[in-house]
Amino acid sequence: MSKKEEKTKYLVGIYDDDEKLLHAVEKIRGRGYEIKDVFTPFPVHGLEHALGYRDSRLPDVAFVFGALGCTIALVMMTYMYTFDWRVNVGGKPHFPFPNFIPITFELTVLIGSLGMVGTYLFVNRLSPAIKPEVVDPRQTDDRFVMIIEAQDEVESYNSEVFAAYKETGAVETREQMLVGKWYNI
Amino acid sequence: MYDSPIRELLITGKKTYAQVTEDICRPIHAKPSKGWLFGFGLSALVMTMGLYFIMRTFLFGIGEWGLNKTIGWAFDITNFVFWVGIGHAGTLISAILLLFRQKWRTGVNRAAEAMTIFAVICAGTFPLLHMGRPWLAYWILPLPNYHGPLWINFNSPLAWDVFAISTYLTVSLVFWYTGLIPDFATVRDRIQNKIGKKVYTALSFGWVGSAKNWQRFEAVSLILAGLSTPLVLSVHTIVSFDFATSVIPGWHTTIFPPYFVAGAIFSGFGMVLTLMVVVRKVLNLQDYITVGHVEAMCKVVVATGMMVGLAYATEFFIAWYSGSMYERYAFLNRAFGPMWWSYWIMVSCNVISPQLFWFRKIRTNMTLVFIISIFVNIGMWFERFVIIVTSLHRDYLPSSWMPTYYPTITDYGILVGMFGVFFTLFFLFCKTFPVIAIAEVKSIMRTSSDTFRDDFVPEEQIPEKVQETVALGVGAPGLVAAHKSPDEPQA
Repeated sequence: MSKKEEKTKYLVGIYDDDEKLLHAVEKIRGRGYEIKDVFTPFPVHGLEHALGYRDSRLPDVAFVFGALGCTIALVMMTYMYTFDWRVNVGGKPHFPFPNFIPITFELTVLIGSLGMVGTYLFVNRLSPAIKPEVVDPRQTDDRFVMIIEAQDEVESYNSEVFAAYKETGAVETREQMLVGKWYNI
Repeated sequence: MYDSPIRELLITGKKTYAQVTEDICRPIHAKPSKGWLFGFGLSALVMTMGLYFIMRTFLFGIGEWGLNKTIGWAFDITNFVFWVGIGHAGTLISAILLLFRQKWRTGVNRAAEAMTIFAVICAGTFPLLHMGRPWLAYWILPLPNYHGPLWINFNSPLAWDVFAISTYLTVSLVFWYTGLIPDFATVRDRIQNKIGKKVYTALSFGWVGSAKNWQRFEAVSLILAGLSTPLVLSVHTIVSFDFATSVIPGWHTTIFPPYFVAGAIFSGFGMVLTLMVVVRKVLNLQDYITVGHVEAMCKVVVATGMMVGLAYATEFFIAWYSGSMYERYAFLNRAFGPMWWSYWIMVSCNVISPQLFWFRKIRTNMTLVFIISIFVNIGMWFERFVIIVTSLHRDYLPSSWMPTYYPTITDYGILVGMFGVFFTLFFLFCKTFPVIAIAEVKSIMRTSSDTFRDDFVPEEQIPEKVQETVALGVGAPGLVAAHKSPDEPQA
């Protein structure tokens, strides 16, 4: 991060087990605390439901790009082969639809997957130029990290959150100043 | 989730999550070993030799090769189809086995996908070389030009090939890299070296592993798998169309698409076995690429080997049944003509040698698996050689028949050199990338590792009587109940 960005105080709870984390998320959300984000070293099944996220719409994106690829391929070949310049190759027809299928299929897959992955990188804010803000370096190794925004103005809020962390089996809790600009997007 | 207590473990050695990271990242942090340096040096040397012969082809043209009057396609297209085929196992493991929820894929998918990409790079070189004027390679694209514009011929399977191979390379690369991003982040957060940190920060694309990231990651992986599965089938189908849509006896057969796809998977698994048996030993990853993994791949080799055998038999039968004398002659000439030896090398390597994998003792003996996998590689190279060269060497006009095919030193040089290119890339991959998908292995640990599966019973410890009931499909209720963890509901 080149320019100084404002940091907010977060309450960090670190767990050492994916099942403990899953139960903790359910419990803490059940008590009405708003979880800012959860970081795990691998996909934990059911976590997105526990956090109440809606299903990803990336499959729809893939479909739209796939349909686009399919259309581009068919229009391109029909324009070039049927309308623009008719080449006589062994007297074969000028609109050989079955022969267009292989290239149509390939371009559907190509544009569908590139479009979807491009969207995926964009919505996740992933690019080689990004310097990530890692809460704890072990979150890509063997620790499961939960963060909740601190509320100093509410009395005993922070200590209640820490108590909830401890109660649900967190091995470590701490306050940490984070930019948190790109969390939970 | 309930898992049978006798279902085999995929990760052994009672690993914790941290140990998994440590084990897989070790080669990246460590200094290159002597074995690696030797292997890399040797491959680079072979690659240089190959590049020399490729340069000769560039400078002096196709005349450097052993092509003759009737044999216009030989080693180049053989190598092309061989390398494309090798690539297919990687996509099969990463995509098709993902759709079928086969957990054993996690141990081998990363390396197999890397193999796919390197193999497709090798494959793509050959059509370019065969163009004669490779600097005009862009003519195969539908680009506007000054001939009218005269577009490419969309009826030609060679034009379809351009789209198929480039799509295959691109999508495989994207699929592979999507999976690599989280693992690069793991390396980034561990590495101490300053330059390394910068490189892996860029490579990891700023991944932090938030719950949303992972949710999208899983969605993308599944859709990419769904797209790659028909893609991999289409690619080799289109490659087989290069032959099947022609009117050459021996090529003009409708069995080619499924036959080629089965052969591609067969040869690809042969190559995966060759690589994995060595990699697990050298990089000390026996706990992740277990004997069970190797066995599973051996079973795929037997199955696809038999499919290939069936295709050989069907081809012969149809040649006779068709009543076409040219078709009959082409096949008899293949098996008993002047190049009979290549046909029988093919049959013995592809159909007979994998039959040894029916025996468990052989499937679990790594030396034998390695040797048989080499036979599979040789056999599949010869399959393409047989299809291409023996079908061409005696055409319709006996006066132009060539006695046999004589490859030149350049042919051999490029054939061997391309293995150098492949292994050089693979050695670099082993040193700098996480060879096993770290995040994916961790995500199956709860169900498939002995860290969490304390109810696991090795097969040899199951009492004989119970084994019988299990084999009969009756199940072993007493055994299951006895070894269940207490928090699981009793069945």
